[in-house]
Amino acid sequence: MLSKFKKLISLVFATVLLSSISSTSFAIDKLHFVIGGGAGGGWDGTARGTGEALTKAGFLKSASFENMSGGGGGKALSYMINTKPAGTVLVQSTPLVLRSITRHKGYVKGSGVLSYKDVVPIAGVIGDYGAIAVAKNSPYKTFKDVVDAYNANPKSIKMAGGSVRGSMDHLIGALAFKKAGADANKVVYVPYDAGGKALAGLLSGETQILSTGLGEVMGARDQVRIIGITAPKRVSDAPEVPTLKEQGYDVQFVNWRGFFGPPGMSGGDKKKIAKMLGDVQKTPEWEAVRKRNAWVNIYNPDRKFVSFLKKQTKEMTNLMKELGVI
Amino acid sequence: MIEGILIGIKTALSFQNLLMVMIGCFAGTIIGMLPGLGPMTAIALMIPITYGFDPATGLILMAGVYYGAVFGGSTSSILINAPGVPGTVATSFDGYPMAQQGKAGKALAVAAYSSFAGGTIAAIFLLIAAPSLSKVSLSFRSPDYFGLMILGLTAVAAFSSKGNFLKAMMMCVFGLMLASVGQDTLSDIPRFTFNTMNLSDGISFVLVVMATFAMSEALTIILKGKDPTKAAKQISLTELGSIKLDAGETKKMLKTIPRSSVLGFIVGVLPGAGATIASFLAYGMERNFVDEDEKQKFGKGSIQGLSAPETANNAACSGAFVPLLTLGIPGSGTTAVMLGALLGFGIQPGPRLYETNPEIFWSVIMSMYIGMVVLLILNLPLIPYIARILAVPRTFLIPMILFFSVTGIYLMSFNNFDIFLMIGIAVVATILRLYDFPMPPLILAFVLGGLMEENLRRSLLISDGSWAFLWNRPLTLTIMITILLIVIWQIYDSLKSNRR
Repeated sequence: MLSKFKKLISLVFATVLLSSISSTSFAIDKLHFVIGGGAGGGWDGTARGTGEALTKAGFLKSASFENMSGGGGGKALSYMINTKPAGTVLVQSTPLVLRSITRHKGYVKGSGVLSYKDVVPIAGVIGDYGAIAVAKNSPYKTFKDVVDAYNANPKSIKMAGGSVRGSMDHLIGALAFKKAGADANKVVYVPYDAGGKALAGLLSGETQILSTGLGEVMGARDQVRIIGITAPKRVSDAPEVPTLKEQGYDVQFVNWRGFFGPPGMSGGDKKKIAKMLGDVQKTPEWEAVRKRNAWVNIYNPDRKFVSFLKKQTKEMTNLMKELGVI
Repeated sequence: MIEGILIGIKTALSFQNLLMVMIGCFAGTIIGMLPGLGPMTAIALMIPITYGFDPATGLILMAGVYYGAVFGGSTSSILINAPGVPGTVATSFDGYPMAQQGKAGKALAVAAYSSFAGGTIAAIFLLIAAPSLSKVSLSFRSPDYFGLMILGLTAVAAFSSKGNFLKAMMMCVFGLMLASVGQDTLSDIPRFTFNTMNLSDGISFVLVVMATFAMSEALTIILKGKDPTKAAKQISLTELGSIKLDAGETKKMLKTIPRSSVLGFIVGVLPGAGATIASFLAYGMERNFVDEDEKQKFGKGSIQGLSAPETANNAACSGAFVPLLTLGIPGSGTTAVMLGALLGFGIQPGPRLYETNPEIFWSVIMSMYIGMVVLLILNLPLIPYIARILAVPRTFLIPMILFFSVTGIYLMSFNNFDIFLMIGIAVVATILRLYDFPMPPLILAFVLGGLMEENLRRSLLISDGSWAFLWNRPLTLTIMITILLIVIWQIYDSLKSNRR
């Protein structure tokens, strides 16, 4: 009874809000970004950077941000699903796909596993390739050196990453070993609770290689050597860094970051925001933000985004099964 | 480097930046003094304000707020035993008993001098050593961190002096248990989460501190209905007592400050540790250094027991800037917020900041000195006036503590669940308090427990299950031997005093 009443109220509110939005103006001039993690993280940087570019370039009058950490982003996700806030977008990335494959069941009443299907995919905006790095003074110069050392003595290679087992950092490294014909399941993966700490672990010498996002290690190129990235070809911001593909290991992986609307977001609003996110990438204001974060533009809107998510879910499911993490 | 220092002085001494340091210190002191509002909240509040500022100016303001909050936090720790910020929890161990003995003014002065000295000495270290220190901190491996955490836990003995050894150990275990709630950081397996997402990130440190200190303290006062004259005396801050220290007391502090500054700074430099851990470690270490008489006073109003954590937490604040500025690695939750703010300014902290933005690097360091002077001026002569905020009758103060605890925790997470969880823990803590269980061991174990487990498991993972990492490297071996010596000495000590 009560929930029915609540639903009715929220429906009335939503209608009022929606009608007020659509009646007052064509353009969306205010956007609220919900960030499923703390300040300083990857999601935080993406949302704040995008918001900054959108306001500075004049697409938005104002952008507001809200950090809502908990459950590895699960809390922000269930907030979007449960309250359906108007004029709000959620920043998410590849872990959304991984989460739908593995964990966090039953946090929202009546639904099983939370996935991208529970929110409205608007667009993927940027990507970060995976990178494998070693310390500057490491004897390993190429990924082949690492694989050879591993084959000779599997215990000699410990792979650090900035998140738990079964996370993206783990998968990137495992994928590379798998393509090199090694048993990816036996590679010792050493998890740290942040990319920065994993980097510190690599530099202290307790691990031999680091598997993480390229963005995490770009700023540390004075101290580490990146021996392979999961891009199809070299990236312009770091032309000296070789791809894994050119070394003969066909590993391609991109950690996308993008925005999602609450369930029930109107098709019109979705299109407007998607267009805005695409148009802003052509402005110098965006370029400034992009350059300082070493982001890779991968504008991927609407339906294309959905089919990409579908494909990634399938690929990742296979890999994780093989690794025995699910 | 001289050139850099000159640029720094020039930037920091501009009118605008001087003003920012003062505003930052003042705002920080007040925010830090209010229980429940810590430096993280304070800096987060500053981010929107500094938007559009010159990066150096914005960072200077935020750094001022940071020291101010840690500085101000000690005031509420001493006067009402409700630590304003986690870094000043250890300050209340001896500061509050001093205030109860009518020596509040003296305690505030000790805290102010210690903070000033700790902050200034650490800023000098930072100046000299920032470039090379990042290398030292980088050589620390998981086994070394594990050792440091154990070293921290030996401080539990400090709270068992009142013949409550068993109770202190029980609270320590309770703290370790609370620390194990949440998804573990190595394999992502949820533990004790009761299938609710609210617990999946574990229990926040601030929540536990607010529950076991601020809230349960307020509740205990109500329940015990104890001694309204004493409560009135400590709260009517009109009688703070003298703020002058005699020669003996100054001499004691002169011994404590150097060693605590060094420890605080080093702990601050280590990624993952911060002002809170530094203050606990310094408290434990100081207890091992002082003479027999002073040791008996620990927990009952020892000057050195107050000076050590106050020196160390401010030293650690400066130290935390080393990994932030030189590596882009935040050493604490607070510096993580600052990292976010820096990225917002379009600055990528890292090894190259030193070259690309020297004015930022140096002006922040220079503004630290200025900030310390401003804080000393603010805290010594003005403290009786500022402390009036806390000088309200008990009937207002207790509801206010409860109010700030509840709103403070809500503002951190925007999650109602945390409020209920905090009240639940506070009720348990209140009952335990009524039976004389000490709270500090719980906090200590809670802070160190998670990191200890994480680093131990990682060490085992890296060494393929062998325990040899405990003695394989000289650094770890040194830490382990230190721990053994402390434990053996404690046992010997207690046996000796039993025989007597």
